[in-house]
Amino acid sequence: MRTERRKLLVGLSSLVGLAAIGAVGAATQPKEKVIKILARKFTYSPNHLDLKLGVPVILEFTTADVLMGFNAPDFQVRADIMPGKVEQVRLVPDKVGNFSFLCDIFCGSGHESMNGTITVSA
Amino acid sequence: MSQSIDRREFLKLAGLGGIVFASTLRSRIANAADAQAADDFYFVQLSDPHWGFQGPPNPDAKGTLKKAIAAVNGLSDQPDFIVFTGDLTHTTDDPKERRQRLAQFREIASELKVKDVRFMPGEHDASLDHGEAFQEFFGPTHYTFDHKGVHFIALDNVSDPRAMIGDEQLQWLSADLAKQRPDANIVILTHRPLFDLYPQWDWATRDGAKAIDLLMPHRNVTVFYGHIHQEHHKMTGHIAHHAAMGLMFPLPAPGSQPKRDPLPWDPEHPYRGLGFRDVDAEVKTSEFKLTEFPVKGA
Ligand SMILES: [Cu+2]
Ligand SMILES: [Fe+2]
Repeated sequence: MRTERRKLLVGLSSLVGLAAIGAVGAATQPKEKVIKILARKFTYSPNHLDLKLGVPVILEFTTADVLMGFNAPDFQVRADIMPGKVEQVRLVPDKVGNFSFLCDIFCGSGHESMNGTITVSA
Repeated sequence: MSQSIDRREFLKLAGLGGIVFASTLRSRIANAADAQAADDFYFVQLSDPHWGFQGPPNPDAKGTLKKAIAAVNGLSDQPDFIVFTGDLTHTTDDPKERRQRLAQFREIASELKVKDVRFMPGEHDASLDHGEAFQEFFGPTHYTFDHKGVHFIALDNVSDPRAMIGDEQLQWLSADLAKQRPDANIVILTHRPLFDLYPQWDWATRDGAKAIDLLMPHRNVTVFYGHIHQEHHKMTGHIAHHAAMGLMFPLPAPGSQPKRDPLPWDPEHPYRGLGFRDVDAEVKTSEFKLTEFPVKGA
């Protein structure tokens, strides 16, 4: 019973994330790689992602302290990372190059350097 | 009566001590009563003094704001009023220290000869406590005022740490705009760009497009903002957006380098990239004329 509830919740949260980027339906595809990212004042770990062109991934976020944001504007992917919750978003690497992501929720004195990079290779 | 609206245009002219930027404000005033009500005036925009910042990008961190204020006080004709478009203080995680910085900033700003000064928060002032400390010192974070026929609206896109204006304030904006004629002269003062200038560096407002949509039916809208610590001019449709220089450290042009780090202090050109602007509302010639003034060393 407990496990079922939990599964349902995780499923829902990924659906919400996917709906945000207009890709509902892929939630049931188990094949996509899940990359876990931990946000904390004022870093992401990892803060660099190596992705393959055309191979979608699921980014799974948690925060170790306060509310954080994740925004990769070049891929129109963003998430609110709330304490105590797991947030998933799907990212489709549709272009090659180096791109930045950043925390877009002001989180303290180091907020402006809380960022990372995504390298997409062919 | 009213003439057809000229297409807004920018004129870039070389000016003494800076660049003059002119944009068409509105159609020529056709009747004498209007012309009388709306006489020319100018105001000064100061932005991003980041009081409390310390570091190599500005070895004169304690003196720069004071130099800018002395320069404003030295203008031969004093402006009708002065606006500070946010990041009055540099952020700190300590609420007590935040209040100290706000208090010191207010003290220094009180040295301005002109006493009509409007303050706005930036994310550095307001995002960690939803504007609480800012309001203790400077009152509301969004408000309107009218001056000689121009309607000013100060919009807060920083008290919400998500960099949003929020539905409540958008409704307030919508209600306020409903009271304005379609050809009213409207100036928006805000901290962050309302359009997506460069979201990769957080140079955007998440729901800024909603504000722009509300403003679109109004023919004469000009936005003055800060946040990006450099001059920048952009049109979204017929709406002009003008970013001002900062008063602590300049930031690189959008996307011009991998990181948004401050431009280094150049001892050969101290204070380079720091300054303030005059905004001349010339109702007769239907223009806002912008003049950028650099901060100069002693
Ligand atoms: Cu700012
Ligand atoms: Fe700033």
